[in-house]
Amino acid sequence: MAIRAMWKGVIHFETIRVPVKLYGAVEDRNVHFRLLHRQDLEPVHQHLINPETDEVVPRENTARAYITESGDRVLLNASELEVLEPEPSRDIEILGFLPLHVIDHRWYNRPYYLGPDEDSAEFFALAEAMEGMQVEGLARWVMRNKSHVGALQLYQGYPMLMSLHHTEEVIPVESLAAPEGPPLDKRELGMARQLIEMLDAEFQPQEFHDEFRERVLEMLAAKAKGKKVRKHVPLAHERSMDISQALAASIEQVRKHA
Amino acid sequence: MNKDDTNQVEEEELEDEQPHAFWSGIVAFGLVSLPVSLFPAHSGKLALKMVDANGNLLKREFYCEHDNRALERDDIVRSYEIEKYHYVVVEDEELEALEPKRSREIDLKRFVPLSAINPVYFERAYYLVPDGDTTKAYRLLAKSMEDEQRAGIATFVMHGKDYLVAIIAAGGILRAETLRFHDELRTPDQVGLPARQPADKKMVERMRAAIRKATHKQFDSELLSDQQAVTLKKRIEAKLKSGTDVLKAPEEAEPAEAASNVIDLMQVLKERLQGRSPQTTDHQPAKPGRSPSKGKSHAASKPHTRKGA
Repeated sequence: MAIRAMWKGVIHFETIRVPVKLYGAVEDRNVHFRLLHRQDLEPVHQHLINPETDEVVPRENTARAYITESGDRVLLNASELEVLEPEPSRDIEILGFLPLHVIDHRWYNRPYYLGPDEDSAEFFALAEAMEGMQVEGLARWVMRNKSHVGALQLYQGYPMLMSLHHTEEVIPVESLAAPEGPPLDKRELGMARQLIEMLDAEFQPQEFHDEFRERVLEMLAAKAKGKKVRKHVPLAHERSMDISQALAASIEQVRKHA
Repeated sequence: MNKDDTNQVEEEELEDEQPHAFWSGIVAFGLVSLPVSLFPAHSGKLALKMVDANGNLLKREFYCEHDNRALERDDIVRSYEIEKYHYVVVEDEELEALEPKRSREIDLKRFVPLSAINPVYFERAYYLVPDGDTTKAYRLLAKSMEDEQRAGIATFVMHGKDYLVAIIAAGGILRAETLRFHDELRTPDQVGLPARQPADKKMVERMRAAIRKATHKQFDSELLSDQQAVTLKKRIEAKLKSGTDVLKAPEEAEPAEAASNVIDLMQVLKERLQGRSPQTTDHQPAKPGRSPSKGKSHAASKPHTRKGA
């Protein structure tokens, strides 16, 4: 059942050092298709060609180009790009700790579980120390030739590294202006709030399933057994436009079903 | 997969290099419907294109090893390895028939406390911009959700795939955060982590003291800067300034959107949030159930890409 660690590193801050192993917390459950040549059902391969001459260009003879808005190309060769790669390191450097929720969902990227490496005493001490402190660490590390930033937090009692997006990738909400218009109607706003309260629920993620994935897998299994493939028939429904009426009718509807 | 054969194509490699995929549809709040478009809240990393030693832009081509012939879209078919070495061939129409076309809408039937969604669920962030001629329903929903500190939860379909989504309001702007499905997240048990053990009290105290010492109140987002990308950008700018290794755009200019790395997502968002209608071809909503193929100079030669279902 257990999965293999993808990387090993050492968390450090102040005088503390905690050796850890890193594990993917997300399981890829996508249905992966392989491309085949229709005629002989052989796997398809790909190479790079010069579209002008149709000549095949081997990977080792390629370079990279940045393309500007006006279409100019700035060439960068492999050795130039290599110089930019970060130094390999085992360090998971904690830049500091922050109160929980200061780093919010806008930054979240991908979660990794941490597990003990070598001696587990430090590892479990870190888990216990973080518990109840309501903080998370801001971490930086280099893995597979890439520099990562992340949040060191607890999940289900275990330290986890949540990788974060780099600043340059995030379009800050502060840089955008909210849609404008005439002031909102107080009564409508009240009804909208009431409807939200009536639809209040707990977050129960296990209630949701990727139904399309399930149907695809079902169809594939049926095909493998040589069965006819069933068709899925979609439904449609209409909605009204006047906001006041729609809100009042919605509240009425929810009330009836309550 | 045979490890030696790195040249074999799994569909992932065909995925859009651009994060600028988006969706248009309806957010349904009770009987109120709100036409919106989704734009990514993250711009991609600095993208570089493959060129040959002379700077000619290269194109990917599919071929069959048997007859060493270039393959067109129609020569290629998807297959799925149902058991080891047992492949089932799947036609596009068979997958399309399974797509739940009804869901051109995000139906908000439940609202949960924002803090109830654990960080591990968040997958990808989008901004919602209002479509149509009024922003009233958009502003109404954003304001009331923000007042209530609730996120709307729903499932919807984008590019022929099911998504679980949280609609979140902040600063009068709505966001859609796609969430991972529960079964995509491993439990500590599935990973094989050892059971929690009681820790040495002294060690815990020492760590707590160190954490306290290293705790800041303020978050400086500059700490999350990508130094590698910053250096690369500087290098590119220096080359542009001095004219070193720069090839001018060919005279018979290709359509700019096909070639350029630069799409000003921020500008598009600013305009669309103010209800200004979509610009020309560049930022039109994708057709239902299709991945947008804009920004690719050789889209026509690529098979229709589909994210793994």
